[in-house]
Amino acid sequence: MRIRPLLGLPLVAFAVLVLLLGRGLQLDAHELPSPLIGKPAPAFNLQRLDAPGTRFVPAQMRGKVWVLNVWASWCAPCRAELPAVQALAEGARVSVVGLNYKDSAEGAREWLKANGNPYAFTALDTQGKAGIDWGVYGVPETFVIDQRGVVRHKHTGPLTPETVRKELLPLIERLNRG
Amino acid sequence: MAERGVQAVGPGTGAWARRAGALLLALAAGAAAAALPDPVLEARVARLSEELRCLVCRNQSLADSDAELARDLKRELREQLAAGRSEGEVRDYLVQRYGDFVLYRPPLKASTALLWIAPLLLPLAGLAVLWSRWRRARGEDDEDAAPVQGGEGAA
Repeated sequence: MRIRPLLGLPLVAFAVLVLLLGRGLQLDAHELPSPLIGKPAPAFNLQRLDAPGTRFVPAQMRGKVWVLNVWASWCAPCRAELPAVQALAEGARVSVVGLNYKDSAEGAREWLKANGNPYAFTALDTQGKAGIDWGVYGVPETFVIDQRGVVRHKHTGPLTPETVRKELLPLIERLNRG
Repeated sequence: MAERGVQAVGPGTGAWARRAGALLLALAAGAAAAALPDPVLEARVARLSEELRCLVCRNQSLADSDAELARDLKRELREQLAAGRSEGEVRDYLVQRYGDFVLYRPPLKASTALLWIAPLLLPLAGLAVLWSRWRRARGEDDEDAAPVQGGEGAA
């Protein structure tokens, strides 16, 4: 019997397909890579929840490592991630700024009063315009921005104590050092 | 009926009534035009939102989706197109924020090259396999004709 080089091909093709599909199962389809990573943080100019009359512009944070956490009072996972946000705010030299997305000022204020306020302050994006500029497609979302105003990391979905401890805190420490 | 009734009162009043009616019609038409959105702009928004993905529902276009974010993004498209930006500029605006994933037609670049050429490569590979088998079959026929034993086709 002659050796037919193509005989094993279907088997090899099947093995490759299984490997690719297996890899696909491990990827989280809901985690989209943000094109903002490595780019300057999009600008906005929004009213602050804690001090109506004062406004927040991301450029005010120049020279500091800071975190923008997008939340809303209608968002259940946002409440679930609050302890992790708290741990983040206490665990590192970092300002955690809230971006209240498509919500009302009263709703936001009541929510913070009821659940605790881990934020240095919160800016109100009532129309969701800043959210679109930051590529927000589901709350909660968390961005890490460095001293030069460049977006360095994005986490989609609720933060957990593990992601804070293993990903965010080491990253923030590294950014603070250099 | 009403028209005839008005005319019965007198020709003068009838003409006045007709003019008033015409005025009312014109006003109504004006109001409707103001309330209805610009059809050309709406057609552009519809066409553009057909080829953009709704980020929350994933396998639906912006045009098909009634999700909150989809509505916001359609409003954004409408505003930007109304402000005079081109379809290409608005598409780029969204890609810069949401990535290529927002496009239903992925752009051709190094990371997507396989996606684009695979439909060409696969039939070609199939044809190559068919051709080699056909050639072998013919070769084996020839072997059968010759007095050689042990060929696969001989059984």
